[in-house]
This record gives sequence, C-alpha cells and structure tokens, in this order.
Amino acid sequence: MFDLNGMSALVTGASGGIGSAIARALAEQGARIALSGTREDALQAVAAEIGGDAVILPANLSDAASVDGLVPRAVEALGKLDILINNAGVTRDNLAMRMKDEEWADVIRINLEAGFRLSRAALKPMMRARFGRIVSITSVVGATGNPGQANYAASKAGLVGMSKALAQEVASRNITVNCVAPGFIRSAMTDALPEAQKDNLMGKIPAGRLGEGIDVAAAVVYLASREAAYVTGQTLHVNGGMAML
Amino acid sequence: MSETADRVKKIVVEHLGVEAEKVTEDASFIDDLGADSLDIVELVMAFEEEFGVEIPDDAAEKITTVRDAITYIDSNKA
Repeated sequence: MFDLNGMSALVTGASGGIGSAIARALAEQGARIALSGTREDALQAVAAEIGGDAVILPANLSDAASVDGLVPRAVEALGKLDILINNAGVTRDNLAMRMKDEEWADVIRINLEAGFRLSRAALKPMMRARFGRIVSITSVVGATGNPGQANYAASKAGLVGMSKALAQEVASRNITVNCVAPGFIRSAMTDALPEAQKDNLMGKIPAGRLGEGIDVAAAVVYLASREAAYVTGQTLHVNGGMAML
Repeated sequence: MSETADRVKKIVVEHLGVEAEKVTEDASFIDDLGADSLDIVELVMAFEEEFGVEIPDDAAEKITTVRDAITYIDSNKA
C-alpha cells in the first residue's frame, strides 16, 4: 500500500519543517521529488538528505511569472508530474484593523493565488496522463479562524474552496484534489513560544503534544497514493484533536 | 477531404468515443457529439499536440464544431 514508485512530485515550500518532512516521506515511498522554495542552499540541504535523484527548483511564489514557470520546469526535470503539493505559505499577522493592504495581498498572493496558478498548470499534464494528485496544505485556522490572522485564515479557507471546485472539475479524469490541515506543529516558531503559552496550547490539544512534520507528511502520502483514488475534495485535519471538524 | 480533417476526426473519435460517421464537419462537439466543457479542453490539448500548433484560450472558445477545429488548424499550423 501507498507505494509511490514511478511517480513524480513537486513540493513547494520544501525547505521548511513541514515541507521537508513531506518531501522526505514521499521520497521514502519511492516518488521522485522536485523541491521548490526561495532559499537555494536550504533546498540543496534537503535534496542532499533525501539523496538520489531529488532536484531543486528555486522559485519566488510572489512573482506570477516565476509561479507559472514552475510546473513546466518540474515536468522538464522529472519527465512528468503526478503529484503537486501546494505547501508554501507565509504569515503577515496583524489585527484586521491594523492590517496593511500589502500584508493582506502578500499572504493571498503566495498562499492562495500561487496555489491556484500551480494547480492550473499541473492539471494539463495530469489530464493528459489521466492521473494526478493535488494536495494543498491548509491550516486548522482556515476552518476555525484565529485573531491576528484574517489574511492567513482567508487564504487557507480559500484553498479549501478552490480544491473542492477543482475536485469536481477533474474527478472523471482520475485526478484528485484534497487538502491537509495541520494544527500546531512543532517548529522553530513553536519552540520559541514562552512556557506558559505552550502549556495553554497543550490544554487545547487532546493528544497532549504538538504535531510533528511526519504527522502531516503521512496524511499527504496517503492522499497522494493510488489507494486514495476515491477520496477527493476533502480536507484531512491533522491536529491531535484540537478541532474536530 | 483534407488530411487535417482526417486527423481531427480521428482524434475526436478516440477522445469522445463516438462513431466515426457521426463526426461530420458540421457536428457540434457539445450538441451533437455529447462532449462537455472538460472534453473540449482535452480535445484542444490533443489538437495542439497532434499538429504542433498553439491554440490560445480565446481561439479555443470559438471552436465549437469539427469544421471550426479544422479551419483553425489549417490556417495556423506551421
């Protein structure tokens, strides 16, 4: 089960904690990976760790031309594209009343619009191949909201709605479009939280721990697999029970 | 019948799974051949591949019959 041998995957935001865990997990199941991100040295490090035939494709997802070029570059590097993981995301937190136009626009452009542009481009080769898996990484915040994150929550909820629409458009071609919504995942960002805040957070997570990258990656591997063929337009929540949606 | 017409009709038969005799030049993809909008996107992609032409979206929207496709390809192929 969940054998990805012979499949090719493009992962955006691949140098981050969750992105690199996803790339590693897909590679362990046999997929060939193209790693995209903004920091070339960090991508090199992930590629070296994965080993073998991983390729790196640096790209700036706030630039439309760079986004539109990414899938064709991946197809050229990998020979085909079976799996697209829209993982790249940024935050520009601020209370809505103080939020600058650019803070709103940056987050929507990188988290939502780039996800749409990449999906649109990926559907072409996937339609030809009559097979495809698109998985977008959203967030529990897209379903529950979070103060200070009107832009981020909107972008993640937007990905969910977009995925449901795409899923209906291409289901008949054996292409599935789904989301994975992580809760609080251990990262440099959560490590830096004060102890009191961490305790408060733990109180809201029935599992009693923060999530790990691998928790998210395992959900992605499932949705990317051939076995998940009958699951489309869904969001798989990976949050230790903190929100049961 | 032109060579382009033959190849276009062959692609339409393969992609839509319709009988060859139904694929006349007057046939509308949607009204006569049972295609949906996604089928048309696929047909256009198949034409692009077969003939090495690029069919931009605004041109693709105007291709509704077999004849439209043949005419566009004949006037735009290299």
